[in-house]
Amino acid sequence: MFMFIMLKQRNGNMEIPKTFLGYKREDGRTGTRNHVIILPVDDISNACAEAVANNIKGTIALPHSYGRLQFGADLELHFRTMIGTGRNPNVAAVIVIGIEPKWTKRIVDAIATTGKPVEGFSIEGVGDIDTIAKVSKKAQEFSIWASEKQREERPISDLWISVKCGESDTTSGLASNPTVGNLMDKLEPLGVHLCFGETSELTGAETVCEKRGKTPEAQEKFRKTWNSYNDFILKEATDDLSESQPTAGNIAGGLTTIEEKAFGNFQKIGGCQFIDVLEPAEEPTKGPGLYFMDTSSAAAECVTLQAAGGFNLHLFPTGQGNIIGNPIEPVVKLTANPLTAKSMSEHIDVDVSKILSREMNLDEAGDELIKATIRVANGRLTCAEALGHKEFVMTKLYRSA
Amino acid sequence: MSEISNKEIVTMAGTDIIIHDEKDNVGVVVIEKITPKQDCDCWIMENDKSVKIQSMDEIPLGHKIAMTDLDEGDTILKYGHDIGKVVKSIKKGEHVHVHNVKTKKW
Repeated sequence: MFMFIMLKQRNGNMEIPKTFLGYKREDGRTGTRNHVIILPVDDISNACAEAVANNIKGTIALPHSYGRLQFGADLELHFRTMIGTGRNPNVAAVIVIGIEPKWTKRIVDAIATTGKPVEGFSIEGVGDIDTIAKVSKKAQEFSIWASEKQREERPISDLWISVKCGESDTTSGLASNPTVGNLMDKLEPLGVHLCFGETSELTGAETVCEKRGKTPEAQEKFRKTWNSYNDFILKEATDDLSESQPTAGNIAGGLTTIEEKAFGNFQKIGGCQFIDVLEPAEEPTKGPGLYFMDTSSAAAECVTLQAAGGFNLHLFPTGQGNIIGNPIEPVVKLTANPLTAKSMSEHIDVDVSKILSREMNLDEAGDELIKATIRVANGRLTCAEALGHKEFVMTKLYRSA
Repeated sequence: MSEISNKEIVTMAGTDIIIHDEKDNVGVVVIEKITPKQDCDCWIMENDKSVKIQSMDEIPLGHKIAMTDLDEGDTILKYGHDIGKVVKSIKKGEHVHVHNVKTKKW
């Protein structure tokens, strides 16, 4: 089956642009955006971060719900997510605010190795008001500095593209996910970094997915990762998960079982093989190619982790109409469901519903998605950006101490 | 970006149902809905073949139709793969969904 589809996909005659316009960063990576972020280390520093972002235009605060009394692997993941978000090339400069200086400094130091401007502040012994005043001065300096950054021509291989689907239905597996797969098949040979995740939503397709590991090590790592997630689900499940997986939206859209959802999900990687398996929010280090990241299948958690892994543009196929965005990584949404394309048009960047009526083939749809991807990489706002979607959601592994 | 070029588009007259793989025993409705006793045109993606089926039920966009009679305990194949088991027998042309098919996982 795959051979046939791949042959058809590779017949495309569109010339893929060799470059896009991005922001070159100090560490050599390229941003598709130029954000100055105010990053709270913990929940209680949100108010301060939001006050600063309100004072100083051109900055955004990234409030979240955690960061206190976490420990072990859960704390490591918290740090990795904070640090990775600051290191992402879509971020020009960073201010980190925490209640106390030690964890704040740990995050600042790890972001600073990219060479980008970063400064940390702590609130204890100072209070919100004086901290806000001090931080606002630094934030103003960063904002004005970043505003002079110019886009320049950068190689297409500087694109790091993550993918995740949401509120899927059968049109996702038929058309919008294979469209992403078609894009991957065309961009992977050009040296682009690619990332898929959603460990639990590969359930049913896990053995087929495992075989897509490029090396025995990658396959083994995938098997362990999937088994461990599945063991966790079996341990915590109080029923057959029919309230959660598939979701009510999935079922309304015609998806019946997790296996069916998984095979649809799996279409997103086209004919590509993955070269490594990443921890949640881990930065890839094995060069260009496709990576699998161990993530939850909840959209905002997954995209937050992929952005923290350093990915600078996200592709999000939806069936019934998931509306997610991310504060630092632009999320391009596509659908093949003609009803969703019509009823929720303000959320859909690329409409590939003509695949279902066979007025468009996969190869043409893949080309349309590549064009849209480049335009967004060059600076075009996504629907989610224009609508103000900034879902920044930390993944929590277990209760705090 | 949602505008799609109309050039070189050849409209394939009325595909009502798409089937991923020749082995599959279900197809997916790709028009707004099909109605009982409707003669439907099906397209198999894997080998570009066309088949016909008469529906028994009203089935909305994105939902599945049984391409053969299926007994309790049978496996549903889609994408050429196992996607669950039949828990209530299904006749050719009937709606296939959570009322007659369940996961084998979890």
